[in-house]
Amino acid sequence: MTPDECQKVFASLSEYLDRELPERACDEIEEHIRDCEPCIEFVESLRKSVALCRQLRAERPSAPLPEDLKERMRAALRGIPSPGSEA
Amino acid sequence: MSPSKPLLRWRLVRQDNQREIELARRLKNGDASAFEPFVDAFHGKLFQYSYMMCGHREDAEEVAQETLMKVFDNFAKLREPEHVRAWVFRIARNVCIVKRRKSVFAPVEEISLDEVKPNWKGDGDSRRLDIADWSALPEQLAIDSEISGMVRAAIQELPEIYKTVLLLRDVEGMTTAESAGILDVSEEVVKTRLHRARLAVRQKLDSSLKAVAA
Repeated sequence: MTPDECQKVFASLSEYLDRELPERACDEIEEHIRDCEPCIEFVESLRKSVALCRQLRAERPSAPLPEDLKERMRAALRGIPSPGSEA
Repeated sequence: MSPSKPLLRWRLVRQDNQREIELARRLKNGDASAFEPFVDAFHGKLFQYSYMMCGHREDAEEVAQETLMKVFDNFAKLREPEHVRAWVFRIARNVCIVKRRKSVFAPVEEISLDEVKPNWKGDGDSRRLDIADWSALPEQLAIDSEISGMVRAAIQELPEIYKTVLLLRDVEGMTTAESAGILDVSEEVVKTRLHRARLAVRQKLDSSLKAVAA
């Protein structure tokens, strides 16, 4: 992005999308975006990209934890250190 | 245009976190019946994080298991159950580093803003950003496994310091403060890295969309 105002918007977009910007800065960005078609397009692409990352939960372990490992974990919880533990 | 409104998502993350805190408190009080639900609550999350960090399913299985073992070995050291999620992920991050045999002091790959900002094309009134058409992209990831694969690949290609911030903030739903605590960096650093990580993922997805459209 070349225009200074677009550049300024570009630098703060994540905080804008996360609602972490002060109200005044948020208003300034919205005022700029309202009249800037390229920024509208760019913000929308970033918003969608972030939304897709937030839904990424598909990969799961192939199997539950082995029972013998869980037994060692229960023992550790009762205060019996597992072999090689630092606790 | 208004900021994103992920209120439902954050409500679910908060409920999830409250449940983890309650389970941690019960375990601290000696309630053994909280063990299985505690393991169930964290096993999948730790696998997901480790898989994205390590890039290999087998390594991720080992990291998730080793992390949980360390969690229970050190459970007496958990002073504040309300911070259990950050505490567990801090252990996972350290196990990942050891697994990858990469020192925290190793040179890190940086992303500059110039690398991830879009270019302009055309002149005058026809001047516009050189980005793909995102309007056809679905809002729901589950709709399209090809897009899910694209998102996963885009995250996995990030340099480590950016990937871990994006995973903690956007995938696991942690706050800026929690992420800063896990990574031993300031909140400003988390914000800077998150922004660059998001821009880099957006750019990679943009390239993939252009390739699909070509």
